[in-house]
Amino acid sequence: MVKNSKRKTINTIIAREEFCIGCRLCEIACITAHSKTKNIIKAFKGEYPLPDSAIVFEEKGHISFALQCRHCDDALCVECCITGAMTKKDGKVIYRKELCVGCWMCVMVCSFGVISPDITASKIKSKCDFCLETGKPACVEICPNEALVLKEDNEQD
Amino acid sequence: MAIPKIVPDFRVIRDENLCINCQACCRVCSNDTHSFDQNIAKIISDHRKCVGCHFCEEICSTGALTIEKCYSQIRENFNWNEVDFKNLMKQAHSGGILLTGMGNDRPWINYFDHIVLNASQVTNPSIDPLREPMEIKTFIGRKPDSIEQLKKEKKLPILLETEIPVLFSAMSYGSISLNACKSIAAAAWEAKTYWNTGEGGLPESLKKFVSRTIVQVASGRFGVDARYLNEASAIEIKIGQGAKPGIGGHLPGEKVTADISAARKIPEGTDAISPAPHHDIYSIEDLKQLIYALKETVDYKKPVGVKVAAVHNIAPIVSGIVRAGADFVTIDGFRGGTGAAPVVIRNNVGIPIEIAIATVDSRLRQEGIRNHASIIAAGGIRSSADVVKAIALGADAVYIGTATLVALGCHICQKCYTGKCNWGIATQDPYLTRRLNPEIGKRRLTNLLRAWALEIKEMMGGMGINAIESLRGNRDQLRGIGLNDKELALLGIKHAGDAW
Repeated sequence: MVKNSKRKTINTIIAREEFCIGCRLCEIACITAHSKTKNIIKAFKGEYPLPDSAIVFEEKGHISFALQCRHCDDALCVECCITGAMTKKDGKVIYRKELCVGCWMCVMVCSFGVISPDITASKIKSKCDFCLETGKPACVEICPNEALVLKEDNEQD
Repeated sequence: MAIPKIVPDFRVIRDENLCINCQACCRVCSNDTHSFDQNIAKIISDHRKCVGCHFCEEICSTGALTIEKCYSQIRENFNWNEVDFKNLMKQAHSGGILLTGMGNDRPWINYFDHIVLNASQVTNPSIDPLREPMEIKTFIGRKPDSIEQLKKEKKLPILLETEIPVLFSAMSYGSISLNACKSIAAAAWEAKTYWNTGEGGLPESLKKFVSRTIVQVASGRFGVDARYLNEASAIEIKIGQGAKPGIGGHLPGEKVTADISAARKIPEGTDAISPAPHHDIYSIEDLKQLIYALKETVDYKKPVGVKVAAVHNIAPIVSGIVRAGADFVTIDGFRGGTGAAPVVIRNNVGIPIEIAIATVDSRLRQEGIRNHASIIAAGGIRSSADVVKAIALGADAVYIGTATLVALGCHICQKCYTGKCNWGIATQDPYLTRRLNPEIGKRRLTNLLRAWALEIKEMMGGMGINAIESLRGNRDQLRGIGLNDKELALLGIKHAGDAW
C-alpha cells in the first residue's frame, strides 16, 4: 500500500429515464428530508411553509425523469456567485442562504435549469445539498424502481 | 327490469390522517381509481375501478392506503357463491365469454398440501447440506437404457444441464413485457437454469441469453425459423397449456408493436392468433413427424420436447409422446397460469398436476420407457416444498410461471388480459412496462432460485438424500394426509402412519 495516498469517493446521482415511472416520490422525499421534523406525516400535515423540492421533474408522454443539481466540477454557479453563497464543499455545490443577495446569476448560468428563483424572498428556492447531513440522498433512497441511483467513482489522488 | 349494479370486488381504504395528498396513487394507477379533487383538496378513490393489484398500496410512502375485499354480503348460499353470482351478472350484461388471467383460483383440493415429507431418524443419518456436498444438478433429456448401451454407442446423449431443477415456464414476449422477459432470461443465465420463450419468438435483445433458452414451437408457429431453432438450447412443441387445454391464443393487434412483430415475424398491428390445435398434428404419428422434422432441422443436436396440459388420459398420451421421440415432456396441471383464458375453461378443465405426474411416472415405468424422456411438471408450483414433492412423485424438474411473476411484483389480480398491468409485467403500454426494472427483476429471481436451492438441499438432507437423482420418483419419502384410498393409489404413496 502506498503511503499518503488519499482515496476520494465522488458520488453522482444518475437519472435513468428508462426506469422512471413518474410517481414523483423523489420530490416528496426531498421535501421531507429538508423539513424541520424530517418526518413525512408531521412535515406535510403540520409544517408551514414547507421547503421546496430541489428536484426538477420533467415529463413528456411516457418519458419522465427527475433531475437534481449535477454538482458540476467546474460549476458556473459557483464561479459567477458575487457573494460566495454558492460554494464547493467536499466536491458538492452548497448554497448558503444567509449570504445570498438574490442576483440570480446562478439561475441564469445553470445549464441544467436546476436552480429556480424565489421571487418573493429574493433568494433561491431550493438547491440540492446531496443530503450531506444524512449521507445518502433521500431521492435515491425512496426511488421504487432504481431510476435514481448513486454512482460511486473512486478517484486515486 | 332494474339494471343491477355490479358490486365492486375491492374497497380502497384511505386513512385521511396519513394521506398527505402527494397524489402518487393518482399518477400510478392504470385503472384511474384515484383522482385528486381540487375543490375539496382530497383524493377520491373509485372502488369500482380497483382490480386489487396493490400497486398504489406499495407505492404510498405514508402507508395511508389499504385495499380490502368488499364485504357486500349477498344472502349466504353455498350453491350460489359470490363468484358465480357476479360472473352471471356480468354475462347477463355483456353477453360474452368472461375472460381472466393467471391460474385456477377455485378451492379444488391441492394435493401438495396433503402430502408430507419424510426425515431420517436413527435408522439412517440425515445430512447437513452446509457441511457435506449436496447435488441438485439436473439433466433433462433422453437417457440411455443401460451403461452397456452407452459404452457401445460411445456417445453421450444430448442433455440440458441445469444447476437447479427449477426452470422458468413459457411466457411469451407479447403476453408479458420485454422487461419481464429480460429479467427472466438474465436470471436463468445467472442461475444456470433455462427460460422458455413461449410462442412469442426470440427478441433480438435477448439473443445474448440464447444458450439458456428453450424455444417454443406452438400452433401459431410465431417467430419460428431454422435460425431460431438452431440457436436455442432446446425446442418445445406446445400442444396445450394447463390453464386452457384445447384452447388457442389471441394476442390482440394493439399489443403487436414493432418489437413484437419483429420477434414473432408477423406484420405490425395484426392479431396474433394461435389456433387451438396444430393443424398438422391430429395424431401421435403426426406429432412424430413434427418432432423429427425439428430434429432434422437442428441436426439432432438439441433435445426436442412436447408440452401438454394435464387432461384425463394424460398417462397414455404422454406414453405416446415419448414413443413419438420426445426427449422431454412438460405436463402443465390445471392450476397453471395464462395471460388470458375463458373463466369457465380455466376453472373447470384439466386435472391436478400431482396426480398427472404420479400416473405418468408410474405408466412410463411400467412400460419401461421412463428413461426415454424427462418429465417437467408445471402449473401450481408455489414453493421449494412443492418442487421436492413434485420430484419425489416422479418429475425430473419443474417449471415455475406464476411464482416467477410473483417474484417480479405480480399480486395475482388476474387482470393480465386487460393489458393494464400496473406492475409492468403483462402489458405493452410504455407507461407501464418501465415499472419493471430488469436489473431488480433479475436480482429478485436469482434470489428466489438461490433460496429455493438452499431449501431443497435442506429438505433432501433431512431425508438423508444427497443427490436429487435419489429423490426422483422416491415416493417412499412421501405420505398423504386426509386422502382416500383411490387418491393414495393414484399418487402411489402411503397414508401418514403407514410404515414399512
